[in-house]
Amino acid sequence: MKSTEQLEQQLKRHSKAAKLEIWGKVVSFSALLLIVAVVVAIIGFVASKGLATFFSNHVSLWDFLSGKSWNPGVTDAHGKPEVGALPMIVGSFLITILSAIVATPFAIGTAVFMNEISPNKGAKILQPVTELLVGIPSVVYGFIGLSVVVPVTRAVFGGSGFGILSGTCVLFVMILPTVTSMSVDALRSVPRYYREASLALGATQWQTIYKVVLRAATPGMMTAVVFGMARAFGEALAVQMVIGNAALMPGSLVDPASTLTSVLTTGIGNTVMGSLQNNALWSLALVLLLMSLVFNLIIRLIGRKGRLQ
Amino acid sequence: MINPKTQNKIAIGTLYGVAGLVVLILMALLGYILISGLPQLSWHFLTAPAKAFLKGGGVGIQLYNSFYLLILAMLISFPIALGAAIYLYEYAKDNWVTTTIRTAIEILSSLPSVVVGLFGFLFFVVKLNLGFSILSGAFALTFFNLPLLTRSIEDSLRTIDTTQREGGLALGLSRWETVTRVILPAAVPSILTGVILSAGRVFGEAAALIYTAGQSAPALDFTDWNPFNISSPLNPMRPAETLAVHIWKINSEGIMPDAKAISSGSSAVLVLAILLFNFAARYLGKRLYKRLTSA
Repeated sequence: MKSTEQLEQQLKRHSKAAKLEIWGKVVSFSALLLIVAVVVAIIGFVASKGLATFFSNHVSLWDFLSGKSWNPGVTDAHGKPEVGALPMIVGSFLITILSAIVATPFAIGTAVFMNEISPNKGAKILQPVTELLVGIPSVVYGFIGLSVVVPVTRAVFGGSGFGILSGTCVLFVMILPTVTSMSVDALRSVPRYYREASLALGATQWQTIYKVVLRAATPGMMTAVVFGMARAFGEALAVQMVIGNAALMPGSLVDPASTLTSVLTTGIGNTVMGSLQNNALWSLALVLLLMSLVFNLIIRLIGRKGRLQ
Repeated sequence: MINPKTQNKIAIGTLYGVAGLVVLILMALLGYILISGLPQLSWHFLTAPAKAFLKGGGVGIQLYNSFYLLILAMLISFPIALGAAIYLYEYAKDNWVTTTIRTAIEILSSLPSVVVGLFGFLFFVVKLNLGFSILSGAFALTFFNLPLLTRSIEDSLRTIDTTQREGGLALGLSRWETVTRVILPAAVPSILTGVILSAGRVFGEAAALIYTAGQSAPALDFTDWNPFNISSPLNPMRPAETLAVHIWKINSEGIMPDAKAISSGSSAVLVLAILLFNFAARYLGKRLYKRLTSA
């Protein structure tokens, strides 16, 4: 006979399966926590390094954002270091917006073609090709830009061929597959009966596409474009290879310029940790990080607005 | 006002034109990579070490480094992503904690890879004093890979019917046992597809590596498999330039006379590898699905 105490103990103890369950839950949750910790660590480290320019080196935020000369090792006439990041910020935004403007009509046109006009050809030819191109490494795009786009720009517009225009061309081709495949997903999520209802009302195929399908898919399309812009903004090596890397205000589209990412990739290895030159580069990284958060927020807002309709 | 029918014809014709142009651009791109790259490929090119000043160097060490880094990064990131995905899909309740965690993962996936690389440089190379090494590079690639892999595994779990979970629970299995014995085996084909596709992305990544795995490829002695020797291919503490970094490096500061030919060849190798990964993902996924479900 077991005493009641023993019985009580036996009943209250976790069974083997329950222990396994707890163990599994703890392990899988710690894996998740690890990812969150990584995100917090990345933001924390980059922010602490990036803010050092303003707190330890006492550069004013306004000088950093609006100054036009970037030469952190040199001090200007007033004894202040030249850490104007405006040329890079302008370069990054210009190249992002231009490539998005060029890529959007092509991407949406192709997506409409793939999904509405010729689904067969779309599935057979375009789908696999875009899927493959999404996966092509960015250095390959950069190399092709360097060996094809830059010489062509040089021949047509003169100058060195390096600059915003070449960068835009490379990024255009680079984000095209991404934006296209995301737009296809947006079109696919439009219910079939929308099209049927419109066609039954006597609308032509184009009227159906333009007035019904595209309207219904607008939030998804916008997400696709913002996603492409985020990718273009954060792209480093492909842009760095074709933009010319001159930290000057871009005078025209064919002058050498630079972006946040290009200055970071070329500069961070050539500066001493903790020096002003180095801290200023981390501030650029912080701008890059903040912008990627902003793009994230925009995508979120579009998603929320799209759901309400 | 044009007749709607004419308008329709014009618009559809334009769309044909746009799609045709895009196909042309994409085909020209692929064609250029393969046509300029394939003639460079040879056994010598794929196995010989690179030469800094002379022509005729290969990419053997870089190619090996790419694969070694890929395998290490996958070994580190797969268990973490698997655990995270299981918790997110099977356990997490729909509350603000879960929403916050999802937001964090989304943020990580949208971070530019150069920022991830810089963080890796700051944390592993400088703070933990690992130096430019394969290990630092593998960790940076892990961070780059985690959100994508987690999402793809979660999607795989989502494709498994809820009746399978209910069946497992009804048999008296715990949730964890249901996941590991019922759900995961059923999800293996699509998880594998996701893993291979993400491997393709990791294989071509360069920006996260230039300041973590470094930009130099010291000579390796392929007869020495002791991981503690500096020239051993298995040593995780040596700097390791990968193929993608190599393309970038020789185009921005290379001085060998055949830099362009080597980059063409390397680009073709990268693209072929990605193609291979894509086909493998599709083929293995289908094959495994057939075998595991006896469909």
